[in-house]
Amino acid sequence: MSEEMKDIILNYVIEEYLEDEDEEISYDTPLISGGIVDSFSMVSLKRFLENKYNISIPDDRATPEAFDSVTKITVLVDGFLK
Amino acid sequence: MTNIGSYEERLKNFSWSIAEKELGYSDAKTKNIGWYCSDRICDMGKAEKTALIWEGHDGTEKRYSFNDLRLASNTIGKFLKNLGLKNEDRVCLFMDKIPELYFSFLGVLKIGAIVQPLFSAFGDESLHVRLENAETSVIITQRKHVSKVRRILEKSPYLKHIVIVDYDGKHPLREREIAFNLEETVPVEEFEIFPTKAESPSVLHYTSGTTGQPKGVKHVHYSLISQYLTTKWVLDLIEDSLLGQEEDIYWCTADPGWVTGTSYGIIGPWSMGITQCVLDKGFSAENWYQFIEKYNITVWYSAPTAIRSLMKAGDEIVRKFNLSSLRHLASVGEPLNAEAVIWSEKIYGLPFLDTYWQTETGSIMITNFPGMPIRPGSMGKPFPGIVGTVVDTKTYEPITTPGTIGLIAFKPGWPAMMRSYWNNEETYQSKFKNGWYIPGDRARLDDEGYFWFVGRDDDIINTAGHLVSPFEVESALLEAEQVAESAVVSKPDEINMEVVKAFVTLKPGFEPTPDNELTIMNFIRKKLSPLAMPQEIEFVKTLPKTRSGKIMRRLLHAREWGEDIGDTSTLEDEE
Repeated sequence: MSEEMKDIILNYVIEEYLEDEDEEISYDTPLISGGIVDSFSMVSLKRFLENKYNISIPDDRATPEAFDSVTKITVLVDGFLK
Repeated sequence: MTNIGSYEERLKNFSWSIAEKELGYSDAKTKNIGWYCSDRICDMGKAEKTALIWEGHDGTEKRYSFNDLRLASNTIGKFLKNLGLKNEDRVCLFMDKIPELYFSFLGVLKIGAIVQPLFSAFGDESLHVRLENAETSVIITQRKHVSKVRRILEKSPYLKHIVIVDYDGKHPLREREIAFNLEETVPVEEFEIFPTKAESPSVLHYTSGTTGQPKGVKHVHYSLISQYLTTKWVLDLIEDSLLGQEEDIYWCTADPGWVTGTSYGIIGPWSMGITQCVLDKGFSAENWYQFIEKYNITVWYSAPTAIRSLMKAGDEIVRKFNLSSLRHLASVGEPLNAEAVIWSEKIYGLPFLDTYWQTETGSIMITNFPGMPIRPGSMGKPFPGIVGTVVDTKTYEPITTPGTIGLIAFKPGWPAMMRSYWNNEETYQSKFKNGWYIPGDRARLDDEGYFWFVGRDDDIINTAGHLVSPFEVESALLEAEQVAESAVVSKPDEINMEVVKAFVTLKPGFEPTPDNELTIMNFIRKKLSPLAMPQEIEFVKTLPKTRSGKIMRRLLHAREWGEDIGDTSTLEDEE
């Protein structure tokens, strides 16, 4: 799993979705169940990943569970790059 | 045995005085909802009964009794009063589903002020227009949302205080900010509740309109009468052990930023002395089933979008959990499709019963009642005391032929009906035609009096049960640096029923690239809300317009829904 990819996704989440400037999140912080990214905003996060990595993530793979942490997202994206 | 018993009998003998008597309304020393939901329950000998079981996203659990509720709302009330607030001042609650949100709701009402709950995912602009319209003087919020308030502070001179309930002292407080930590404040045992009357204003919920800015729907303390009785008869909650039945544990999944979350997530259940659970955590099927199992939830009030998401998660996951505590399920927000009703009956052994109402009605108007034969996909029948029908779209006369599509209409006068739109009497009056209140939805009646939903009668987008104004999104899109023109319509969606789709023409120098699409999506998400963010943006060279230059949203809508595009003779130039 690419560390660089994890950092890119983590930074994007911090930049775009994190409202509390003091909140610190890690690769494994729950994003969807933790209320950082809601189900509507997940669409824009999916779009970011598709644009960035030139992939297409089918809707049935873009589940709240698969998007629930940076680590899980990286696993998902990695699967489409192979 | 259900609380409502025979629907037909209730129709014959109905009067709202049933609720008034049960609540001791005419003799009550105060007609204040805050008192009814806390002090009165304590006075009835249930001070130590659990009122709220709250679970946070990290699994933290907190439990509060009705006495805790009484003390917390007293304490918040006193704090607000000390800030100089007086009755009918507007206080905005801008928080996630944390306990302070629920306590503040009652605390604001106890001082006679008007509570203005707003969805905490709203962006800067959505927040600003609602605060400005209501001239809100205080906002109660959390650290994580305060940056949005700071960004609109300069253009919000009426906003006197920003109360932060979880201030941690890491950074200095800024202009107008004040820290308030409930757990560190001495509880206020005795508090003089403002003597609100039945018609005193209570709650101001904002709802989207087809044109113009969002409208503030003003409710009064008398709304309690409808909210109490509909909770009892439709949600069928049991507050006392009766004939060996256990008391209910209730879960309303709605956020109090929306009307369901206050009418049936605060007022209805607590005025009955019911224990309710709140889960402040993002959606996943596993989380939700785990929550039901852990707290033995018996009555569950949710939304079609969530139900469809649970259907999508599959049947297998349901078998991992013991959901046998469930005994009654109901749904609100959008029409509940027949497949979802049939699926829930198959998988939970209980059908989700659809309830129809809206922010303006304040309480359930049409529903499938417990014990009534269900017609999957139907909205059900009017609540006793509600005179509802379907009227002709032009004459507003009731339609007598079953199966004919018209507009849903109600005779005004039920207790929870809105009393006005805030500072917008003209729009309020426009909702009444030929003596009927017209909610703006189309339906048909069958030969046995069941209502069947057809669709909205305007361009409003209902996404996951939340109304989004295309006008508001179009206006915001024009502020994106890339956008020259825009048109916003709904697009069908398997889970959310509808989602927002935008058609956009670009300014010179901008290309229709995926990156520009994402930038515009994020711009709207932050400015308005994630709900209003277009889930798809289609870049076009021109938008269809009439010869007079008006964008033909109708045409774009018809294309998205695969409908007949109708008369295009006034079209200026088809793409």
